Amino acid sequence: MSRDKRMTEEEIIGELRSGMTIGIGGWGSRRKPMSLVRALLRSDICDLTVVAYGGPDIGLLCATGKVKKAIYGFVSLDSIPLEPHFRQARQSGAIEVMELDEGAFYLGLLAAAHRMPFYPTRAGLGSDMMAMNPELRTITSPYDDGETLVAMPAFELDAAFIHMNRADTSGNGQFLGPDLYFDDLFAMAAKKTYMSTEKIIPTEDFLTQGPPHTLRISRIFVDGVVEAPQGAHFCECPPDYERDEAFQRMYAATAKDGDAWEEFRGRFLEVASHEEYLKAVAAYEAEIQG
Amino acid sequence: MTADTTKAASRVEVCIVACAEAFRHDQDMLCNPIGNVPMIGGRLARATFAPDLVYTDAVSVLVAGEYPVGVPDAPKTVESYTPYRTVFDIVWSGRRHVLMGASQIDQWGNQNIAAIGGWDKPKAQLLGLRGAPGNLVNHPTSYWVPQHTTRSFVQKVDVVSGPGYDRMREVGAPANKFHEVCRVISNLGVFDFDTPDRRMRIRSLHPGVTLEEVRDNTAFDLAIDKTAIDETARLPESRLPTDEELLLIREVLDPNGLRDRELPS
Repeated sequence: MSRDKRMTEEEIIGELRSGMTIGIGGWGSRRKPMSLVRALLRSDICDLTVVAYGGPDIGLLCATGKVKKAIYGFVSLDSIPLEPHFRQARQSGAIEVMELDEGAFYLGLLAAAHRMPFYPTRAGLGSDMMAMNPELRTITSPYDDGETLVAMPAFELDAAFIHMNRADTSGNGQFLGPDLYFDDLFAMAAKKTYMSTEKIIPTEDFLTQGPPHTLRISRIFVDGVVEAPQGAHFCECPPDYERDEAFQRMYAATAKDGDAWEEFRGRFLEVASHEEYLKAVAAYEAEIQG
Repeated sequence: MTADTTKAASRVEVCIVACAEAFRHDQDMLCNPIGNVPMIGGRLARATFAPDLVYTDAVSVLVAGEYPVGVPDAPKTVESYTPYRTVFDIVWSGRRHVLMGASQIDQWGNQNIAAIGGWDKPKAQLLGLRGAPGNLVNHPTSYWVPQHTTRSFVQKVDVVSGPGYDRMREVGAPANKFHEVCRVISNLGVFDFDTPDRRMRIRSLHPGVTLEEVRDNTAFDLAIDKTAIDETARLPESRLPTDEELLLIREVLDPNGLRDRELPS
């Protein structure tokens, strides 16, 4: 029997340090490991470099002053095209950024996963991506074509967070929704990977949930597992739940209203645990329906 | 279904047909329009003159058949699985034509969706580079600009998300070999780059639009192909939807009238 990798959110955050580079799986406002992100917000860790196809993870980390630098292909809430807290951080100049073509971002992850220094791509040639990121270099093909290409560097991730629909105690993860996104690459790229899941199940039950090709996260690449039902809230996590659009709209509106933001922060972020967060959300939902 | 197809085509319906026309020759290509008007256009092209287009549901699958925009639960026939990773693979294979927005575009087809006021500390952060840098160097790209003004058709874009012909000339061969900006469709007309120096040219004006109106709303000189001008000295007019196309737009592809929200008539 392989070892039990279950941890609490607090134990996971306890392994992180200020100044680290953290990769976060999911895509926009889809299947984000939000309970881990919120646990990070509760800690005194700061000066982070965050690497993500960004959504409310980057938005919340910016709004709470945790981010030194954001590396991203985009930062979006999907039904709200631009993450409003991220917008504010950009326009106030509060954060450093490495803004990349979405496909080039994928290659940064892939290079890290494969322990390559870079992967070549044409993405970025001719656009301002190169001028925006003067640290990017080009490379000349050693073959007869002699083509000049962008050398997309590997992301050096100290840790990664991902959220899966199902997992076992040994760190195998299962996605049951429409897209794995790049979560397997985040897990491979990072020195330590922590996985939250809607539900921990016995390994032998995986195939009652979905076919083998939904088992895309291997325990080879996972260091800690935490069960967090509704752990992606307010992002979507199908088929377990859809996005909480009303909650997301409320969250988005706090970007332009300091009082509303302080209220949001007090009510939903300054809570002791994921369980307390879910209680606060349930109370809020009852309120708006009542 | 009681859509009135006797009612004359609106401006936005002309724009939809212009979007559809951008995909006319894209056989076995991933047709990837972004935004309601381009999506209705892409679906219209496939339902009529470009049946071999391949169409994404914009989530994770390719879908066959005709179905309405803005109705997530509409029944769909899934024909292939394309998670985002596969979409990037298709981008890099070149078998895709994207029709996306442009907050700013210039005479060489440089597009900005990233930021207004530079990127260091933008006055207004827009969407970001998104996939534009990779799209432009890999496969054909067209643009949809619903508000044609001197603020969108600009002398110089604040940030180059998708590079145009001058930038790709600087990059040179062989890296520019897959670069192609096909069409720019606005609420006033259709534009292309079929000029000797690849400057933007008026391809057609939408019915009711004058050359003066376009010039007043464009911050650079638009090329005009003199040979395309007829004996009445008029520029070509964007074609009107056929009856079949109007029926498809109004009854099948956009029964809830999302097109009118993107471009009020």
